[in-house]
Amino acid sequence: MSGETHEAVHRHPAPTGFVWKYIFSLDHKVIGIQYITLALAAVLVGMTMSVLMRMNLSWPGTNWPILGTLFPGGAPGGMMTPEFYLSLVTMHGTIMVFFVLTTAPQGGFGNYFLPIQIGAEDMAFPVLNMLSFWVTFVGFIVILSAIFFSGADSTVGPIGGWTGYAPLSALGQIAGPGQGMGMNLWIISIAIFCVGSLLGALNFITTLLNMRTRGMSLMRMPLTCWAWFTTAVLALLSFPVLLGGGILLLLDRLAGTSFFIPGGLYVSGILSGTNPNFPAHTGGSPILWQHLFWFFGHPEVYIAILPGMGATSHILATFARKPVFGYRAMVFAIFAIGLLGFFVWGHHMFISGMSPYSAMTFSILTLSIGVPSAVKTFNWLGTLWGGRIRFTTAMLFAIGFVSLFVAGGITGLVLGQTSLDLPMHDTYFVTAHFHLVMGVASIFGMFAATYFWFPKMFGRLMNESLGKFHFWITFIGVYCIFVPMHTMGIVGMPRRFAQFTEYEYLKTLHPLVVLVTVAAITTVLVQIVFYFNLFWSIFKGKRAGENPWDATTLEWTTASPPPHDNFAGHLPVVYRGPYEFAVPGAANDFVMQTEPEVTQQPVGSGRERTSGNGHDGHRR
Amino acid sequence: MSTEARAEHFPAADWDGGVFPYRVGHRKLGMWLFIVSDSLTFSALLIGYSYLRASNVWPTPFPFYPSIVFSSVMTFCLLSSSLTMVFAVSASSRGDRARARKWIWGTIFFGLAFLVLHLIEWNHLYSEGLRPFSLPAEWVARYAAPNGPLPSPLFGATFFTITGLHMFHVFTGAIYLSVVAARIGKLKHEDVEISGLYWHFVDLVWMFVFPLIYIMSVDVGAH
Repeated sequence: MSGETHEAVHRHPAPTGFVWKYIFSLDHKVIGIQYITLALAAVLVGMTMSVLMRMNLSWPGTNWPILGTLFPGGAPGGMMTPEFYLSLVTMHGTIMVFFVLTTAPQGGFGNYFLPIQIGAEDMAFPVLNMLSFWVTFVGFIVILSAIFFSGADSTVGPIGGWTGYAPLSALGQIAGPGQGMGMNLWIISIAIFCVGSLLGALNFITTLLNMRTRGMSLMRMPLTCWAWFTTAVLALLSFPVLLGGGILLLLDRLAGTSFFIPGGLYVSGILSGTNPNFPAHTGGSPILWQHLFWFFGHPEVYIAILPGMGATSHILATFARKPVFGYRAMVFAIFAIGLLGFFVWGHHMFISGMSPYSAMTFSILTLSIGVPSAVKTFNWLGTLWGGRIRFTTAMLFAIGFVSLFVAGGITGLVLGQTSLDLPMHDTYFVTAHFHLVMGVASIFGMFAATYFWFPKMFGRLMNESLGKFHFWITFIGVYCIFVPMHTMGIVGMPRRFAQFTEYEYLKTLHPLVVLVTVAAITTVLVQIVFYFNLFWSIFKGKRAGENPWDATTLEWTTASPPPHDNFAGHLPVVYRGPYEFAVPGAANDFVMQTEPEVTQQPVGSGRERTSGNGHDGHRR
Repeated sequence: MSTEARAEHFPAADWDGGVFPYRVGHRKLGMWLFIVSDSLTFSALLIGYSYLRASNVWPTPFPFYPSIVFSSVMTFCLLSSSLTMVFAVSASSRGDRARARKWIWGTIFFGLAFLVLHLIEWNHLYSEGLRPFSLPAEWVARYAAPNGPLPSPLFGATFFTITGLHMFHVFTGAIYLSVVAARIGKLKHEDVEISGLYWHFVDLVWMFVFPLIYIMSVDVGAH
C-alpha cells in the first residue's frame, strides 16, 4: 500500500476575524452556506420574474401601475411589451438553471456535507473552494447587471431565451432589444460561472477520491456522495465545452468572426453587409452553437437533479427505517444516467433538422435513460415498501421528489421520440416537462435536504407544522401549475409568446391559463412560509442533538453544527455501510457507520459483497 | 480512541479509505482533472473548427516554405521545452534542485521562443491581410471554387482563436514555471512534477493544433 496517507490533509487553523470567518472563509461548511444563500437570493429574482410572466399571460392588457413605475420603458403605462416579456423568459431561465439549480444542490449541500459524510476535515483545496464560490458570485453580479444595462433597451436582459440560440445571439444590437450589452453580459456571466463550476468540480472529485477516511470504501459511501461525485464529473466534462462555445460566441459579437453566423442574413430589415451596424458575415453555423450548447445543456439537467436523487435516497432510507433497496443498483443507475447524459444532446435539436439516422440514434439513447431512471424509481418504492415510515417534512418532500420525478420523467418518453417531438417541441408541453422534472423535482430534493440537514447545520430543528403546511401547498400547487400546461401543449399553445389574445383556437384555454397563474402565485406566496421557517428556526427552533433523526451516516456522529475541523480533532473510522436500519439482533433500529462489528470483518475480504449497504440481506 | 486503534488491523486496500487510491496527492490529482477539463475546451474548439471547415470552401494558404518550415521550428522549440522539462523533473526527483531550476529556466526559454516566433508569424499573416473576419484579397481570388463559392473567412477566425488560446496557455505556463523555478527551494518534488504535467499538456495540445491547423492547410500547389 501507499506510503502516503492522510497526514498530508490540509489543516488550516480556525479563523478569528469576521471577514475570514464568514466572507472569505476556507471552511467548506461556511462556503456551503454561502452557496445556499446565493441560491436563496437568486431564486427570489427568478420567482418574481415567473410571476410577472404569468400575470402578463393571464390578464393581458391590464395596467400594473407599479410595473410602469419600475420599468417605464419595458412596461409603458404599466403594460408589458412583448420584448420585456421575452427578456423575463431569458433571465428567469438563466438565473434559475445556473444560479439556483446548479449552486444549491451541488455547491451548497454538496460542499457542506460531502466532506463530512466521507469523514474528511475539509475539501481537498480550501482556497480553490473559496474562489469557486466568489467566482460564481461575480457571475451572479454580472447577470444582475445585465438587468440594469438593458434598461436603455427597455428590457431586463437578452430576449433569446436561456439557450442563447445563434445567430440572433451572435449579431449584437441589431437582433433586437436586449441583444446588445445585455447579451454581452449574459455570455460573460455564463463564462465566469463555467470557471467557478470547474474549480468546484475538480475539488469535489479530488476530495471524494483522496480524502475518504479509513474504512470508507466506495461502496460504503452514502448515495448522496455518489450523486455529488457523478455531478462533479458531469460538470468537469460539460462546462468546458460551454466555455469554448461561449468564447466563440463572444468573438462573433466583439471580433467580427462568423462562427455561428451564416451568410445572407436579413435581420430587422437589414441585409448582412449593407449597413455598418450589420457587417458582412458568411460561412458560420447556428447549428454548431446548438451542438456545443446542448452538449453542455443536457448533462446540466443531470447536474441539477442528481444531487436531489442522492438526497432523496438518503432521506427515504432514514425515515422508512430500512436500508436503501438495491444500493449497488442505485450506484450503477446514477452512473448510467450520468454517462448516457452525454450522448443524448441531439434530442434538443430534432426540430433544428438532422439526419433521420442521427435522430433515431439520439432517440433510442434518450429512451434508454428510462431504464436507470426506472431502476431508481422502483428502488425508492422498494425502500418505502414495508418500512415503518416517519412522515417528517423532509420525508414528505423526498416522497414528493419521487412523485414529481415520475410525473415529469414520463413525458420525457413522449418527447424523446422524434415523431412526437416535432409537433410538441415549441409548445407548453416541453415547458411543463422540464419544469416538473428538472426544476421542481430538483427543488423538492433541496427542500427535503434543507429540512433534513438544517438541524445539523444550525443545531436547531425547523418547525414541522409550518414545514408540512409548506409541503402540501407547494406539492398541490406545482401540480396545478404544470399538469394543465401539458394540456395546453397538446392543444398547441406555443412557448415564449407574450400573450395569446390573437389566437382564436387558444381562447378556450384561457381559464386554464388563469388557473395556472393563480396556482403559481399561491405557490410563490407559500414560499414566504419556508423563508420565515428557515430564518426563524436558526434562532428560535427547537434544539437538536447530534442525531435528531436516528440516522446512521458520519455527519450525525459529530456536533450540530460541526466544529471547524468537522470531527473535533480526530477522524472517524468506518466499519459498515451507510444504511444499516432495522438490523436483526441489533440493540437499536439503526447502527452508526462508526460502530465496530462484533466479529471484526476485514475490509475487502469479500464478505460484504452480497449487498453494497453492508447489510448482507438480513443475514446474521 | 479505541476504534482508531482497532482500525490499524485493517488490511486496507487502495479503495477502502484512508489512503490515496491513485497514490497521488490532492494537487497532482487536481491537475490531472484540470487537464481533462481543459482538453475538452480545446476539443470543443477543434471539433467546431472541423465542422466549419467541412461545411465551407477552405483556403489552404500555407506554402511549405516559409510557413510550414517556420511552424516546424516553432514545434521544435515547444518539443525541446518538453524535453528540458523532463530533465527538470528528473533532476528534481533526485533532489538536485539547482539543476532542476536550470532546466526549468531552459523550458521557459524554449516556451518564450515559441511565443516570440508565433507572434512573428501572426504579425506576418496580419500584414498579409488575414483578419478574424476576412481573408486577404489575394487568397480569395486564389481559392475560390470554380463554380463560385468563395473561400471562407472563418479560416482567420479559427486560426487566431485556436492558436490564440493555445498561446495563452503557453504564456500562463511560462509564468507558472517561473514561479516554480523561483520558489523551488520551498517546493516538494511533486509540485515540480505537477508543473511538468501542465507544460506537457500544453505541448500535447499543440501536437493536435499543428497538424489540424497548419499541415492540413498546406498549399500543395505552391512552389
